[in-house]
Amino acid sequence: MNGQTAFYNALRDPELPLPDGLLTWNGSDPTPRFAIYRNNVMASLIDTLADTCPVTQLLVGEAFFRAMAKIYIEQTPPTSPILADYGDSFPQFITDFPPAASVSYLADLARLEILRVQAYHAADCDHSSYLNLEMALMDTASLPDLHASLHPSTGILSSPYAIASIWAAHQGTGRLENIDPNQAEHVLVIRPLLEVDVLLIDEGTAQFIACLQQGTSLGLALALTSQQIPDFELTTALDVLIRNRVLLSFYL
Amino acid sequence: MMSSLSFAPAACGAPFVTTECTLPVRAGIGLKSEHFQTILAEKPDFGFFEIHAENYMVAGGPFHHYLTRIRELYPLSLHGVGLSIGSEHLLDEAHLGRLSVLIDRYQPQSFSEHLAWASHGGAFLNDLLPLPYNDKTLHLVCDHIDQIQNRLQRQMLLENPATYVEFKSSDRSETDFIKEVLHRTGCGLLLDVNNVYVSCTNHGRDPYAYIKALSQQWVGEIHLAGFSRETDAIGAPLLIDSHGSPIADAVWQLYEFTIATIGATPTLIERDNNIPSLDVMWREANQAEQRLMAQATQHQGCPERSL
Repeated sequence: MNGQTAFYNALRDPELPLPDGLLTWNGSDPTPRFAIYRNNVMASLIDTLADTCPVTQLLVGEAFFRAMAKIYIEQTPPTSPILADYGDSFPQFITDFPPAASVSYLADLARLEILRVQAYHAADCDHSSYLNLEMALMDTASLPDLHASLHPSTGILSSPYAIASIWAAHQGTGRLENIDPNQAEHVLVIRPLLEVDVLLIDEGTAQFIACLQQGTSLGLALALTSQQIPDFELTTALDVLIRNRVLLSFYL
Repeated sequence: MMSSLSFAPAACGAPFVTTECTLPVRAGIGLKSEHFQTILAEKPDFGFFEIHAENYMVAGGPFHHYLTRIRELYPLSLHGVGLSIGSEHLLDEAHLGRLSVLIDRYQPQSFSEHLAWASHGGAFLNDLLPLPYNDKTLHLVCDHIDQIQNRLQRQMLLENPATYVEFKSSDRSETDFIKEVLHRTGCGLLLDVNNVYVSCTNHGRDPYAYIKALSQQWVGEIHLAGFSRETDAIGAPLLIDSHGSPIADAVWQLYEFTIATIGATPTLIERDNNIPSLDVMWREANQAEQRLMAQATQHQGCPERSL
């Protein structure tokens, strides 16, 4: 085994012996020295996840969060030096992590926080990106065949839990004790300019936007959404899309 | 492929004339998102800002918005932490491409990376890991630096590491290794004075001798930072390059010796943890700037002073 593979394996697994060939000037056991590297790797990656998911950490406490994050990192280390992209699969890991089961909404809260970070770093859109909306909306005959371009920061999350309210209560908006955590909430995450907005929307609008995000035409998105949510109102959804600058343009 | 191109210190991006291709001989700080708005509102008197390249490898949003505006006001140092120059594996071409995009966009006065490895087998470890110093690693590091300088079409600075272990397979000192890399590749040195102090303490060496050993090299930038203290298995001091506290007195003394030896050099105050207000960072940067000015004045007054 070559040098860096042995070093790497020992970094990843503290149960393994140290790699061969380490030297200390005073002949001391290199174990505590090597432990600095082990700790740097793990602590810096745990800090990355904690920075991405601060409310998730508050909900379970720092000690629990760090222990949970450590196991995730051991299983799923980053594959890129761009750490803004790290942690995509952390919410699913939380869902499957039995010790976290008592906080039922924890995984969805992490999903919301990851959507916020993704929105924060998403591509920008200037005014010229918003095209032809009024004209297209007036031409009702061709409307069903059109597809929508959405702002790259758009995120949609539907949860059986009151995740937006719980998240907002930790930003100083609303009181945690007034929230029923088992109230389903549907959330739009959007960054029209520099600030990331987290907005409560109705279930139908959430589903409609999710359809558009997948490239479904307006007509099909409307049909699919209405099928599942009979009282879905297209005008409400279009109002949300335009008012929050989610909808950029239409294409055929 | 060894040193097919030779880079003079000024050989950077095309739109810049020679004098704009190096950082000003002043003190700068690491740019942190906490400080974006204050910097634009108050335009504090820093010599330059330094960014971690990987933090800006994102599509858009506030990081690019603010950096674009701050770059219009200040010189910039682009400092990579993810290239893994000391890796036994090939460099990540896609990552080099991302660096090239950032360099084109922001035209930094300086680009630097570390004498270390950080990736292995597709996993990124987010730490700067040590390598032995021998012929094999010398060729590897030089090939990687040649590849980087050719790809980016500019000279880079290589930073000396903070290390906690050494290797039986090393057959030369770190300073001899660095000198040879600089000689073969034409890259410059980013002399991290805190790393010198930390590593020399951790390996029972004289930090002043380390500085003297590199005093003839071209140093494009100095880094200063705080360390934390531990002990090794037999109670000897073990310092950790933690970037979370003010610069230690011993490092300030070593810095004074360094600039007296190599001359006044652009100096960065690094702080990546427990980030204080911009005022506090300014005061620490000012301590470096006072020493740079004193050095420049002294040097003018005594041009023949033996260093």
